[in-house]
Amino acid sequence: MTYAIEMLNITKDFPGIRANDNVTLRVKENTVHALLGENGAGKSTIMSILFGLYQPTSGIIKVRGKEVTISNPNVANDLGIGMVHQHFKLVDCFTVTENIILGKEPTKNGIVDIKSAVKKVKELSELYGLNVDPNAKIRDITVGMQQRVEILKMLYRNADILIFDEPTAVLTPQEIHELMHIMRNLVKEGKTILLITHKLKEIKEAADECTVLRKGKYIGTVDVKTTSEQEMATMMVGRDVSFTVEKSEAQPKENILEIKDLNVKDSKGLYAVKNFSLNVHAGEILGLAGIDGNGQTELVYALTGLCKAESGQVLLKGKDILKLPIKKRLDSGMAHVPEDRHKHGLILDFTLKENFVIHCYNKPPFSKHGILQPKVIDEYADKLIEQFDVRSGQGKDTPARSMSGGNQQKAIIAREIDRSCDLLLVVQPTRGLDVGAIEYIHKRIVEERDKGRAILLVSFELDEIMNLSDRIAVIHDGELNGLVYRKDTDENELGLMMAGSIKKVEAVI
Amino acid sequence: MKKHSQLKISLVAVGVGFLFAFLVVIVAGRNPLNLLAAIIKSISGFNILRPNEPVTLVNTLNWLKYAVPITLTGLSVGFAYRTGLFNIGGEGQILVGGTAAAAVGLLVDLPPIIHPIVCLVAGALAGAVWGMVPGILKAYRKINEVVICIMMNYIGLYATSWFTRACLPIDPATNARTIDLKETAVLGKVFENVPSLFNWGFLVAIIGIVVFWFIMEKTTFGYSLRATGFNMEGARFAGMKVEKNVALSMMISGAFCGLAGAVLILGEFGYGRIQTSFDNFGFDGISVALVGGSNAIGILLSGLLFGLLKSASSNLQMMNIPKEVSELAQAVIIYLIAIQYVVILLLDKFHGKKDKKLISENTEKGDDQL
Repeated sequence: MTYAIEMLNITKDFPGIRANDNVTLRVKENTVHALLGENGAGKSTIMSILFGLYQPTSGIIKVRGKEVTISNPNVANDLGIGMVHQHFKLVDCFTVTENIILGKEPTKNGIVDIKSAVKKVKELSELYGLNVDPNAKIRDITVGMQQRVEILKMLYRNADILIFDEPTAVLTPQEIHELMHIMRNLVKEGKTILLITHKLKEIKEAADECTVLRKGKYIGTVDVKTTSEQEMATMMVGRDVSFTVEKSEAQPKENILEIKDLNVKDSKGLYAVKNFSLNVHAGEILGLAGIDGNGQTELVYALTGLCKAESGQVLLKGKDILKLPIKKRLDSGMAHVPEDRHKHGLILDFTLKENFVIHCYNKPPFSKHGILQPKVIDEYADKLIEQFDVRSGQGKDTPARSMSGGNQQKAIIAREIDRSCDLLLVVQPTRGLDVGAIEYIHKRIVEERDKGRAILLVSFELDEIMNLSDRIAVIHDGELNGLVYRKDTDENELGLMMAGSIKKVEAVI
Repeated sequence: MKKHSQLKISLVAVGVGFLFAFLVVIVAGRNPLNLLAAIIKSISGFNILRPNEPVTLVNTLNWLKYAVPITLTGLSVGFAYRTGLFNIGGEGQILVGGTAAAAVGLLVDLPPIIHPIVCLVAGALAGAVWGMVPGILKAYRKINEVVICIMMNYIGLYATSWFTRACLPIDPATNARTIDLKETAVLGKVFENVPSLFNWGFLVAIIGIVVFWFIMEKTTFGYSLRATGFNMEGARFAGMKVEKNVALSMMISGAFCGLAGAVLILGEFGYGRIQTSFDNFGFDGISVALVGGSNAIGILLSGLLFGLLKSASSNLQMMNIPKEVSELAQAVIIYLIAIQYVVILLLDKFHGKKDKKLISENTEKGDDQL
């Protein structure tokens, strides 16, 4: 077996920090090789070295057995190395083909030869089973499809070593499954894939071998088939990780949130939430399960005030909040960890401390007579950073944009939990986060439950719902299609309810 | 790519702009030393080519005089920009501000010092109303503020012209302007015996800069404006009144332009004007705000820069350099700011590996650390 890539004893120093410490990565040809590690383990650094963005302080890189110096990304491209970035680099109003040829346009008599490009894209798409319409506009296709366009972009440039940087962070479970299938296809056709991820399930599903990094150090390379998820998790985190959340029996008390016959229309004017009724009690976690796009977003928007409800009632501690503006709802005892942390949760261009005070900036002691009190804000930010272990380059003055996803989410959770509201509305709290961060956030949510808060958890990940919830509600096509106690149900039954095959509303309290 | 500060990019743009001006002068077969001399003379009054010439304050004061109105319009554009809005309605706001100030200066009797202050307030209010219209339409009806602003410019042009003719005493000698403002309303010259129109209006610009900085950086209102500007959905989500912020921001922005108009009338002209076209102070404000990175100190510096480029044109001509050279330099600077990426590329090339290290350090600290 020959190696497509060998990175031997790579060390990379940045001023004050050693990002990679004697890391060795050897990727066999025609395999999917996973690179596993928590955020900050040095995965991105080693990939950036391979892609020519950084130069290693010491160490050797060999591509197909030949020692090379990759001084910039163009060299990497010439060596047949291509990278699919986590955040796509596509032009929205261009077609698939136009995006793919961008920067490498085939010309005929000085004019872009779009026809032959379309043909080539189509051929590539068919060869690897990507099923992409070369003439569709980027803005009209799904995120999953956009990712395939990124893959095609590399294939069009004849790359045969493909790096996927956290490819599943933005995908639905369905799309993730399809992507894994595509990866296997690519390998079958002679490509080599390097998959950067912190999701063990995906590694199990798609990879042949897995190299684990922790805190910049090389921990080991294992054969995926013979290694359990638990073992890999331990290697990654450096201690035993529990996938299940430890918690005691819930002790539900009074009703905090009552949703009664709620109807909400979506942006197209169709009913997305229909006659929806649900109660959440103090001291319980109610998980709302459902396949993405079944009205969860609209339900949450109607609860928080981002969109108007058509009819119905939402009572928070007995008070109807449905007609109140957003600020009043938040002030009457609702904390909210939103689904989209970049769009709703944070002001990315604000610093961390500015983001911490987004709800309370206009209240004493954070401001007096309309003037911000920087000292108070600084102290408060330091307190939250310490309490919730939010890590970032420049502490409280770090722009939120430059923080890792896990720490951005921690920051939001810190801010919302610290508001000590009776109702905590948590939507997709661990999307795109690594095992360590997930474990931490789950623990915090359970702690809040034990303090007597009512928690409504909306998640598309069934594992998360199963792990955290005391009661589980299922939404299908905007209707409540199931309401059961966690202990009385299993994944199979929930799946059927999510698909709308059965209806079971029994855990009404 | 965020590592280069706005300041650095602006400085490079300005440097390249001046370099370009020198090149053009050389290509045109003129002496580049004359250009340098003209610039230095415009700043200090000292002529390096004729060291024996007496140095007067007039050049420096003219420079500052030019800088005052465009600094104010720069503050106006910058203020709106920080809230995510583009105030291209400066022209209209200046006109109504100037006309309102002229009206108070002609029709109302007040003691000195109080009188110009009331005139300035009137100008600011008129500008605020003119800015409020696009602001409210943008906030509550989602109508693009640029379109409304441009319409308001023309409405302002004709409305002030009608109002001045209809309601203010016209100077019978010219029939194209009002009679002189009352003595008490005029903003006097700071240095009586220097032949420059530099007047006490400069205090308005300085107060404007301080107010701008204070509101933006120190108050809760500024905090919510900045949040709205960076991420409107995020601000709405946090319960801020995004619509109110948009309307208020345009209003304050309009007030800055209104002040610029009032300062021009009270300080430089001394009478109400009937204008048939725009003076472009509002549009200059866009350049000033962009080059100044929409923050208070930046706008002050870039206001001084553009003021210099304007005030230099007479010295340029006197030294046998076409005055278009200063316009060329302005154009190059604005282009470079508009296509910042080119400047960033230039900087990257220039700094080479030393900078790359810096990027990686930043990414490492930011993106890669848990």
